[in-house]
Amino acid sequence: MKRAAFILVLLIGLLLAWAAKDFPTWGDPHAPASSSPVSSHFISNTGVDTEVPNMVTAVLADYRGFDTMFETVVVFIAGLAVISILRGGPTRRTRDREFVVDFEPDLIVTNTVRLIVPVIQIFAFYVLAHGHVSPGGGFQGGVAMGASFILIALSWDLKTALTRFPIERCFTVAAVGIVIYAGIGLLSMALGGEFLDYAHLAKVLPVSPEMARYHAMLGVEIGVGFTVSAIMFALYASLSTDGRMQDGL
Amino acid sequence: MGLELFNTLILSLLVVVAVLSLWVRDLVVSAVIFAIYSFLMCLLWAEMGAVDVAFTEATVGAGVSTVVLIATIFNLKRKAKD
Amino acid sequence: MVEDGSIFSQLLVDRLNYFIYIILLLIGLWAMIAKNNLIKKLIGMSIFQTAIILFYVSIGVKEGATIPIYLPEHDPHGSHLKVDVNGSEKMLPPEVLESSLVPGYSNPLPHVLMLTAIVVGVATLGLALSVCLRIYRGYGTVEEDELLEKLEREDARNTGRPRRRRPRRAPSEKAVATEKLKSGNPRPRQSRTNRKGAKAGSSEGTRNDSTKSVTEKRKTVRKPRKKTSPKPKEDNS
Repeated sequence: MKRAAFILVLLIGLLLAWAAKDFPTWGDPHAPASSSPVSSHFISNTGVDTEVPNMVTAVLADYRGFDTMFETVVVFIAGLAVISILRGGPTRRTRDREFVVDFEPDLIVTNTVRLIVPVIQIFAFYVLAHGHVSPGGGFQGGVAMGASFILIALSWDLKTALTRFPIERCFTVAAVGIVIYAGIGLLSMALGGEFLDYAHLAKVLPVSPEMARYHAMLGVEIGVGFTVSAIMFALYASLSTDGRMQDGL
Repeated sequence: MGLELFNTLILSLLVVVAVLSLWVRDLVVSAVIFAIYSFLMCLLWAEMGAVDVAFTEATVGAGVSTVVLIATIFNLKRKAKD
Repeated sequence: MVEDGSIFSQLLVDRLNYFIYIILLLIGLWAMIAKNNLIKKLIGMSIFQTAIILFYVSIGVKEGATIPIYLPEHDPHGSHLKVDVNGSEKMLPPEVLESSLVPGYSNPLPHVLMLTAIVVGVATLGLALSVCLRIYRGYGTVEEDELLEKLEREDARNTGRPRRRRPRRAPSEKAVATEKLKSGNPRPRQSRTNRKGAKAGSSEGTRNDSTKSVTEKRKTVRKPRKKTSPKPKEDNS
């Protein structure tokens, strides 16, 4: 079986290598992918249409906002699925794990983390809000925020982290994130445009249509940040305790 | 010239780290080597000019993905058979 | 594969990066097929995913191009748009970037698509790990060959017997209390399969009496385990 797998993999590799010799040279600015009209349009027109300097955030949240909304939904569904898989099922084995991690929270670690976690959270907010101008955005800020809660769970125990961010509240926050995203889309639809067409929000906000797209992108990224941060923490909490939420890592 | 050398060096390290991650028997060691793989990817993308992707991979790949993998391994047997 | 000069140099010199991506793809694919441990398979899956993302992002690389964020001289809010009109400053609206400057910026489209792919990849990894935990809970192992062996034995045991499906209910107070009473039983619960051949961890075989009919069993609430007279032991393993 392993021999057959190896031979199959080698064959696929040879096929791919045979196809790879026809690729454009590495880094060619006139390759078909780089000179296509779609990407040229994105590069030239992001400043005019949305006044956002970061092209990637503009394409992610505005030109391709539909993709991002469903990706947020996918993350939410993954979090739900992990909880439901691990909570249901046959009765848990009563035998212990191979090594029981049983320790007192260490003094140095807890005090250092107590100093660091507010800084991490402020940095996560900064990355989220500054995603228009520098690399960053909703996903990166959300994951950093979730990682701060995981850090609390690692240095004290999971119970301490769960008193601050219970699992039910995790899923409420995640759902609120998606509601914010879809809500902005529906608001634009209610104001006469298409779904997720942010320029029509200029009718309620006292700014020009381009700046309305700017601000709606921020709102949308906040929604994404909520969902991603809550689900990352819920993922860690279910997986490290096998669904029980009792002892921690 | 310097950039090409950097590229080639990181790519060859990437292949070595990927093979090593699958070779070791202890699963926690495997997960940590996978974190090294994620960091090298992040470096590669930052050099290629994909800064948003590098940022995301640094937080998601080397942060959450590794922690979640190790948290799961602590609930299973730590030694793989092969 | 005949390696004359041109193919060799084409592949390994001009397009070395693509070649190494192909090697990474093959490593990931081989790990998913040939490795025994489920966690190693998942690590192989992640290597495969990141190799694909690497390939995709590197399509948008332009030699000598900068990152896809507007430079200060093209910034939509930049100071280069301030113009002095009649002594007072006025901001001009931003203008479309000239097409000659477009090759100076990296292509943002692959970055966007791969951002989504990375996050979906971590969601998939989390889900796959939870399924691994469930498998471990049900079978006690995450090695593929041991799992296949256990499944075969379970199939061999279960053929010919009608499958009794009963909806799982939360145990009633009485059942919990009697279970606690019985926990003083010195005979340890057999870890893999118990005597009646049910799956480890499930409660199917322990409480039913095989002489009752199916409908009777459905009506009864979970009864405590009856004192079974010593039967000839089945083939235990």
